[in-house]
Amino acid sequence: MIKKILIANRGEIACRVIKSARAMGIATVAVYSDADAGALHVRMADEAVHIGPAPANQSYLIIDNILRAIKETGADAVHPGYGFLSENRGFAEALDKAGVIFIGPPAGAIEAMGDKITSKKLAAEAGVSTVPGHMGLIADADEAVKIATQIGYPVMIKASAGGGGKGMRIAWNDQEAREGFQSSKNEAASSFGDDRIFIEKFVTQPRHIEIQVLGDKHGNVIYLGERECSIQRRNQKVIEEAPSPFLDEKTRKKMGEQAVALAKAVDYCSAGTVEFIVDGDRNFYFLEMNTRLQVEHPVTEMITGIDLVEQMIRVAAGEKLSITQKDVKLTGWAMESRIYAEDPYRGFLPSTGRLVRYRPPVEESRDGIIVRNDTGVYEGGEISIFYDPMIAKLITYGKDRDIAIAAMSDALDAFRIDGIRHNIDFLGAIMAHDRFKSGALTTAFIAEEYPEGFEGASLSEAQNLARAAVAYAMHGREDGRLRQISQAIPNYHSVATKTRAVSVDETVYEVEPHDDGCVIAGKAYSVAIDWTPGALFCRAQVNGATYIFCIDKLPEGYALTGQGRRSEVAVRSPRAQELMAYMPAQDDGASEKELLCPMPGMVIAINVEPGQSVKAGEALAVVEAMKMENILRAEREVTVKSVLCAVGDKLAVDEVMIEFE
Amino acid sequence: MKDIVAELEERRRVARLGGGEKRIDAQHARGKLTARERIELLLDANSFEEIDMFVEHDCHEFGMENQKIPGDGVVTGWGTVNGRPIYLYAKDFTVFGGSLSRAHAAKITKVQDMALRNGTPIIGILDAGGARIQEGVDALGGYAEVFQRNTLASGVIPQITMIMGPCAGGDVYSPAITDFIFMVRNTSYMFVTGPDVVKTVTNEEVTAEQLGGAKVHTTKSSVADGAYKNDVEALAQLRRLIDFLPLNNRKGVPEITSHDPYDRQEPSLDTLIPDNPNMPYDMKELVFKLIDDGDFFEIQADFAKNIITGFARIEGRSVGIVANQPMTLAGVLDSDASRKAARFVRFCDCFDIPIITLVDVPGFLPGTSQEYGGLIKHGAKLLFAYAEATVPKITLITRKAYGGAYDVMASKHLRGDMNYAWPTAEIAVMGAKGAVEIIFRQAVGNDEEIAKRTREYEDRFLNPFVAAERGYIDEVIQPHNTRFRIARALRLLRGKKLENPWKKHDNIPL
Repeated sequence: MIKKILIANRGEIACRVIKSARAMGIATVAVYSDADAGALHVRMADEAVHIGPAPANQSYLIIDNILRAIKETGADAVHPGYGFLSENRGFAEALDKAGVIFIGPPAGAIEAMGDKITSKKLAAEAGVSTVPGHMGLIADADEAVKIATQIGYPVMIKASAGGGGKGMRIAWNDQEAREGFQSSKNEAASSFGDDRIFIEKFVTQPRHIEIQVLGDKHGNVIYLGERECSIQRRNQKVIEEAPSPFLDEKTRKKMGEQAVALAKAVDYCSAGTVEFIVDGDRNFYFLEMNTRLQVEHPVTEMITGIDLVEQMIRVAAGEKLSITQKDVKLTGWAMESRIYAEDPYRGFLPSTGRLVRYRPPVEESRDGIIVRNDTGVYEGGEISIFYDPMIAKLITYGKDRDIAIAAMSDALDAFRIDGIRHNIDFLGAIMAHDRFKSGALTTAFIAEEYPEGFEGASLSEAQNLARAAVAYAMHGREDGRLRQISQAIPNYHSVATKTRAVSVDETVYEVEPHDDGCVIAGKAYSVAIDWTPGALFCRAQVNGATYIFCIDKLPEGYALTGQGRRSEVAVRSPRAQELMAYMPAQDDGASEKELLCPMPGMVIAINVEPGQSVKAGEALAVVEAMKMENILRAEREVTVKSVLCAVGDKLAVDEVMIEFE
Repeated sequence: MKDIVAELEERRRVARLGGGEKRIDAQHARGKLTARERIELLLDANSFEEIDMFVEHDCHEFGMENQKIPGDGVVTGWGTVNGRPIYLYAKDFTVFGGSLSRAHAAKITKVQDMALRNGTPIIGILDAGGARIQEGVDALGGYAEVFQRNTLASGVIPQITMIMGPCAGGDVYSPAITDFIFMVRNTSYMFVTGPDVVKTVTNEEVTAEQLGGAKVHTTKSSVADGAYKNDVEALAQLRRLIDFLPLNNRKGVPEITSHDPYDRQEPSLDTLIPDNPNMPYDMKELVFKLIDDGDFFEIQADFAKNIITGFARIEGRSVGIVANQPMTLAGVLDSDASRKAARFVRFCDCFDIPIITLVDVPGFLPGTSQEYGGLIKHGAKLLFAYAEATVPKITLITRKAYGGAYDVMASKHLRGDMNYAWPTAEIAVMGAKGAVEIIFRQAVGNDEEIAKRTREYEDRFLNPFVAAERGYIDEVIQPHNTRFRIARALRLLRGKKLENPWKKHDNIPL
């Protein structure tokens, strides 16, 4: 058996591998770059070896550095995680040469599946369904129509050299195929100087569904059901689940068997994933095979009860699979949300920095519901600019899809991250989205449902009322405490009314005290909260329904964040609310037309040019002062009119640096 | 008797109307509340007792004898904020534009006297058009009477001014003497002379907002301590501030129930200080994680951001926080930061509010603009303020404490009660490189030698131990334990007694 595993990776996946290895009694070695010296995987591992500067191409991607770390620590096996060197044939071979076990497939399988054309060919040979199409060149429109008819409409006519949608046409009939061929050809010629055209089946209502396979070195390969990963943004998976709400038993079996056939064709002997695109009629077509552990592997683990990392280690050590296809039972439903350091309210702009607060939900298994959080960070840690922006993978499991979604919704509400921007609200909004709940997914879900970007989930009146009731109860706690302040005049008893005007995102409710809660618009709300002033979360029961909110204090109330939306709630006396009618509309500095140098210093970078439009939060320039770099960011969406300084300029405080339109 | 009661009611009704419906509507149209509405929002419900409601002016010039409105443009009285008493006066812009007459001044000085006698804070709500010109010297005299009382009350009771309209001339000097000034954005201005006079005298064209708006006074002049988006928010925040303040200089800080455990650990503080000494970090994170409930009332948040000042609570009792902010100018002390912090420290010392000082300071800011601006004397203000303060003083050095700035920031030598340091503290005359280039002047140019000497210097001095060996640091503490250690120290220091030598008053370098 393997005695010591070096994990040639970082972040959550390194931590994930360490957990399984530790449970098996295997020692672990972490590797780290300069940027990761204090990272969680380094803290967790038994040993840690420094392998270079922060950029991955000078550390995590340098095979020699990893080999050196192996030598130093005497590790006898390497787990590559995903990304980095996980699908690098050279790495697998180098390990082989060094007599170290690579916890993954043989180099040949990596090589074969690494090339799009070869893998497609191999798949077709192994009897795997591939997207019907004509890879050869097409001479004229007549031939195009002939081929299109053979494939079956609709078809996609594509420029060989194409990209970015240019030279691409969808045809639903002969005439469109004829026209599409010509216009594609013209466009391709003018855009790419290469008018070669090919045609393939156009997949309607595409879903991304993948099959997990697992093989050993004794020729056994099984499949562990599927994962649906259709919720993607710009080809980046956001939410994954297992099983797929779309597959039937027959299709699942067919896909699984084809995936196994492909794996066997390349002597696969580890965990791997065969990705398919599935159309609205459950026709499925091979996309590619990933010869490594997938990011979203936990959902498969949850519904099969199999620890994939453990299995990878065992088969790498030469053990025979202890599970046969018959033993694989898919039970319950699992969801995974990827928590990214990106701001959904500002076009998903990446965000980096210190995790001032990082409070994930409690990992637990209770009443048949499991909450699991795979992460590589901790409170006070750093999201650096050098790597993947994923902060954590939040996984929930329940006996059916609705329960898994509800559990995910709650778990997201109980997840708090401060200091950097994150996508928790966006994930929460998807969990609450009717179409998502119905399971009617396609890979275009996000583009179709959020065409104008994300502005927070829209709440029902009932949800807003619940927020009003909870904020009222919170205010009551705070107010009650202040009424008890020392030094009050003798016999002071507050006669103030406890009626409050509570505005939730501008909608005002009159809230009156009542029994153990309040009355709003004639309806009684029984409210129980666990909040004390300053607490980061408020767990509330409103007429029996449970809510979890992240709480921030505002000048006249609170921000309640949960269920995909941050609501600004003001709690005022009825009189103050009445007088609000006279208060002028806010001017929140939107009239500022200049970026002023905030301190005396030297300009060391200018990130924008005239005419460029910049989103709020994007960097405009960097000024160095007192030997420190200060990034100046746009406070709102602006268009740059002129840049009045240059790199190297020494500026005084309040000097105009950039003018906006 | 019945008739008299009826007349009382009628007189009250008239007085409450002030300048009348039309003027009240005009006040509202400007986005402002009336004096009585402001008082209503500031005080606990039904707690206001008005004084001198029926006072009228006695001016007989320019036909003023025919224009009398009960109250004469200012509403005065007392009430409570969460049960604690305050006196207040609120200028009524609807009555003679809130201008000050002899009678109007007498109303103000009456509540000033009562507040001082009774040891109760006084709040002035200003929305005023200066002196009542018809009264001439009587108005000037009236102002001076107010200033005199402001001055005598200074350091005895907290005095706070809300600028909630255009204020000029005499109506800006009384605020200037008080402890804190808050403004409302876009509806309030303060200047000694308004834009018209400026234009006549200097030919300078400037708007009221540019000359004395909330932005100017909170970012450039530092005349104001904060600004709010409207009257309603401003008054809610004023209530919040009052909850932090003692009633007077003998009463001690108020106390509320604390749910925040005094021994709450914050492991994330162990990684607050970046590995790279030239990287900034946000000192406010430490402030928020140190204090009760993350509830911080910042004073002058938008001015001299290289130092943070404000009120907070630990175990339910008010403290003043002073902290260098490495995010701005590396937390350096310059003239503005020194003045800002000095005034805050002196306020805390006046009113028995313990001071917690968080230090990460690379020194004083060098340069001609600072020296010409009198950095020596401005820096000395902060030094003086800390040195004379007798309230409990707890100091924590998180990273740099270099040079004279180390001395200034509530060091042991300035009678710091508990001086803590994190293991990352570097207490030295200056940074390693600068020091080595002086000590080993002949080696300058020999990079290898300089680098070696720099490492030596860093090893020897850039840590808390040299200072701890000498007792300048009482204890080196773990960052995650900061709240626990400071809360314990504060418990101990509740009994602190320290007196300065008798003097008429000191002579702080103004």
